[in-house]
Formats: sequence, C-alpha cells, structure tokens
Amino acid sequence: MNELSLYILDLVQNSVTAGAKHIVITVHFDTAADTLEITISDDGCGMSRELLERVTSPFTTTRKTRKVGLGIPMIMQLTEMCEGKFDIQSRPGEGTKLTLGFQASHVDLPPMGSLSETMLSLVNGTPEGIEFTLDYRVDGRGFDFSTEEVRQMLEGVPLNTPEVLSWIRDYIQQNIDETQGGGSPQAEQ
Amino acid sequence: MKSIADLEKIRQATLSKVNLRRESEGTRIVVGMATCGIAAGARPVMNAFVDEIGKRNLLNVIVAQTGCIGMCRYEPIVEITTPGKEKVTYVNVKPEMVPRIVADHVVNGQPVVEYTIGHAE
Repeated sequence: MNELSLYILDLVQNSVTAGAKHIVITVHFDTAADTLEITISDDGCGMSRELLERVTSPFTTTRKTRKVGLGIPMIMQLTEMCEGKFDIQSRPGEGTKLTLGFQASHVDLPPMGSLSETMLSLVNGTPEGIEFTLDYRVDGRGFDFSTEEVRQMLEGVPLNTPEVLSWIRDYIQQNIDETQGGGSPQAEQ
Repeated sequence: MKSIADLEKIRQATLSKVNLRRESEGTRIVVGMATCGIAAGARPVMNAFVDEIGKRNLLNVIVAQTGCIGMCRYEPIVEITTPGKEKVTYVNVKPEMVPRIVADHVVNGQPVVEYTIGHAE
C-alpha cells in the first residue's frame, strides 16, 4: 500500500469485524522528536491471549475465504523498516489498542495520503451504529473529528447521505490543511 | 470554509429525501474492502460511487462494503444487486469506470458486460 491512510482504513476493518461500537484513531506528528505515532483503539470483542500471540503471523486470519491475513503483518513490517515501534494490547470483552510508531522523516515511510478519503470510506462503508473519533495533531496543534457530534447535529439524517459524506470529507481535509499550515514533515512532500 | 454549523443546513435540505431513501427497496452497490481490496485500489472506487450517486441524486441506491470474497486477484471487486435481477460482479474496477457503470447499469439497467467477471474469465 502506498499511503499510510490506506493502512489505517484496512486496520480499522479489524475493529469493525470485532464488533466495536466506538473506534478512536489518533495521528500525532512530533517534529522535534521526528516521530509519527498512529493509534487505533476500539471497544470490540478483543482477542484471547492465544490469538494475540499469533496475530502478527501472515497465516493468521479469522476469514474463511482465504488462509492469509496480511493487514497486521504488513504494518508491523513497515514500523520495523521505519525505525518505529509496534504494539497491540487486547483483552477479551474489553477491546484492542494498536500503537504504531515511525521515524517521521524515514525514507521508507509512505506519505500519509488522504485521511479524509479514508474517513469517508469508513463512515460510508461501516454499519450504522459505529462511532469514529479522529484526533489529528502536529506538535500538539490540531483537531478532533467525531461522528457522534455530527450525528447529534443531523438529528436523524443518516451519515451516509451523500451531502453529509461530502461535508465530512471537506471538513476533515480543511482541518488537516490548516494543521499542516504550521509546517509538518508531511506537508513538504 | 466548512463548519459544524453547516450540518444544520444539510439536515434541513436532506430530511425529506431521507424518508424516500429509507422506504425504497433499491440497488445495492457493494465494494470489497478487505486488505486485498484496499491494496488494489478499493478506496477511490467506493468514493467514486458515493460521489456519482450523490451527483445524480439517486435516492434508491446505497453504496456499502464487504470483506474478501476469496478472489483477491480480481480486486477491486464491486457487486451490484437490483431487486428481481441477477447479481452482477465487476472486477478490476477503476474509478474511471464508475460513471459508466452508474449510467448504464444502475440508471438504465444494462450491465457493462466488458467490466464483469464473466468477461474477465
């Protein structure tokens, strides 16, 4: 995959499959420390210790349509290539938290790509009843986007209404652009 | 500039359409969104369908996602079901194909045969 935002789209599907009702995505750049940290936390079914131990294997999947599961192994490999870190915390019945760290200036780190397109796909593609929070920061400055807040404002108009989806994409993109105006490593690419 | 306050206007403008959307038993466009699909380019394909449906103001069409159906080499895969008709499976879909699929198939009921799995195999 050639954008980090595509990895995020992919990894969040695991939370959706786990029956999560609330999924929190954080994207934090720290220019001074030259780090990018991405976390994905959910309140889904979590994983048993036994599953957690083999979840980074490319031959672990919960699907029956194929025998490989490459989402987690690919991102783990990317964190290793980019002098980063990889961590999964999970408890059955409580949820899962995935933490991905990268050296932000690393030559092998793909660009973030379009997080707003990823959020559009997530909000449109996942069943009603899943709330997403996006917390985007560059050196502490940034914004939060919450589907719960949008839903409250819309009073019964579903989030997958085309006009709403289009607003969500533009709103997130505008806020990312404003945040990056401060000069993040990604803004220069 | 977009602001949270815009949502109130969107709510008022779309509320009447929402009920029409809910009541209609319409076409379902389902995009494969597993790792294989996303890596092959499913995100721009799904978003192109969302844009096209919005542009044409089609009220009886929903765009949804599914996982991997086991034919990863054909991703991005899009399945279109219309009540009373056989399901049509499009393979190796690119965003450029989306306007034609929507115009010919979703609106006019004529599947684009050259993009379907039958044609690919």
